Amino acid sequence: MLLGLLAPDAGSVSLFGAAPQDAIAAGAIGAMLQTGALIRDVSGRELLAMMGSLYPDQLPVEEVIALVGIDEIASRRTEKLSGGQAQRVRFAIALISDPSVLVLDEPTVGMDVEGRHAFWMTMGDFASRGKTVVFATHYLEEADAYSDRAVLMASGRVVADGPTTEIKARVRSRTIRVTLPWVDVDELAVLPGVAAAERHGAAAVLRCSDSDTAIRALLERYPDARDIEIVGARLEEAFLELTALSQAAVA
Amino acid sequence: MTAPGYLRFELVRTFRNRRFFILSLVFPIVMYVLIAGPNRHEQDVGHTGISAPLYFMIGLAAFGTMNAVLSSGARIAGERATGWNRQLRLTPLRGRDYFRAKVLTSYAMALCAIFTLYAGGVALGVRMPPDRWLSMTLLLLVGLVPFAALGVLYGHVLTVDSIGPAIGGTTALLAFLGGAWFPITGGGFFQDAAKELPSYWLVQASREGLGVSHPWGAHGWAVIAVWAAVLTVLAARAYKRDTKRI
Repeated sequence: MLLGLLAPDAGSVSLFGAAPQDAIAAGAIGAMLQTGALIRDVSGRELLAMMGSLYPDQLPVEEVIALVGIDEIASRRTEKLSGGQAQRVRFAIALISDPSVLVLDEPTVGMDVEGRHAFWMTMGDFASRGKTVVFATHYLEEADAYSDRAVLMASGRVVADGPTTEIKARVRSRTIRVTLPWVDVDELAVLPGVAAAERHGAAAVLRCSDSDTAIRALLERYPDARDIEIVGARLEEAFLELTALSQAAVA
Repeated sequence: MTAPGYLRFELVRTFRNRRFFILSLVFPIVMYVLIAGPNRHEQDVGHTGISAPLYFMIGLAAFGTMNAVLSSGARIAGERATGWNRQLRLTPLRGRDYFRAKVLTSYAMALCAIFTLYAGGVALGVRMPPDRWLSMTLLLLVGLVPFAALGVLYGHVLTVDSIGPAIGGTTALLAFLGGAWFPITGGGFFQDAAKELPSYWLVQASREGLGVSHPWGAHGWAVIAVWAAVLTVLAARAYKRDTKRI
């Protein structure tokens, strides 16, 4: 809908104060869809040159190739690229119109660890030019690590919208990890502020409703506790908790 | 002329696909040599008054060009299957420029098929003044308009799997009924029916070679125009329906 591929059942879509089609015609929006192969019998460079020629303003092809880091594969025919390489060419295509907003649907699916890392570095470079990058992902770690603002959706509803730190802060629970080999987990579970305790070998993991109270009690009672870590909820846990809350509210 | 970059790109891509290119040209010329070669001294094929080399030159040009022009449908179906045309819809490229590039590319293929057969025809003794060659070629190109529309229609209603048999079957059937492989004569039901097919009039372009001006007459032009109009409307409708969903 954002891209004008689908008309809304009700209401309207507006991008830069106009219909999505106008933003597309102006090259203001670039997109990388989740599915979609490249066509064959051309090189990545030729493909980029052609796509660029469709826009009123375009980035120089070589600049995009350098930005995305596909110098080595740009002269190869598209049908000879691996999945991850083709993905990067598709990413380059999304950048060729020098869009103000870049929309990415599951951009890193099929990329290896290095590829994913390089991809997000490029994305950071691009965003630092004053551009907006909107991406959809099922890997919440990525959203947590690379986005300034996250919108969490569950079953078609928005369950949270804001900076990831703020979303995570809405979930109060924290986890304490501690090396404490000789204490029984049942004893730990009844500490004030602890909701549940588990043992993983020499380490104990305490899920806390109030980690400040819990850590004081823990150190008072077991002064020999070592390697203590207190971590806030990850975005994934926040997501699970928030969706559970919103489902409870609906029911 | 808009989006010249896209048109050039499509042309390069098509002619680079050597297997497609060569196979599209080889079959018509081989069939021509097999059919017209043994009969190259026959001056009156099936009482049409047309020599065998000329008649079959245009007959097989009709067959080869129908195939070439319909093949744009296979390309469209392929691009729909991979999601490439959805990516193109996220660019300023307009639908009409997309189709123009597809149709012009398939016409370029058709011209290659025509010239290959002309070369074969000349080798078997076909002779006519340059202006006749030219007007005959123009008639063929006009007669292909309904097939260009049919290609676009097929590309939007068929899948990659089913479009091959559809194109091959359509070409073979229409070539047969239109008299591309042997003349339809005798004036019976078959000939009457054949006269309502666009392929019949493609084949009739060969009468230019006899010095007949306007070999189509009003009937031929009407048949081509009606088929072109109806198929264009259907193709446009199929395109609209296809782009409604993602």
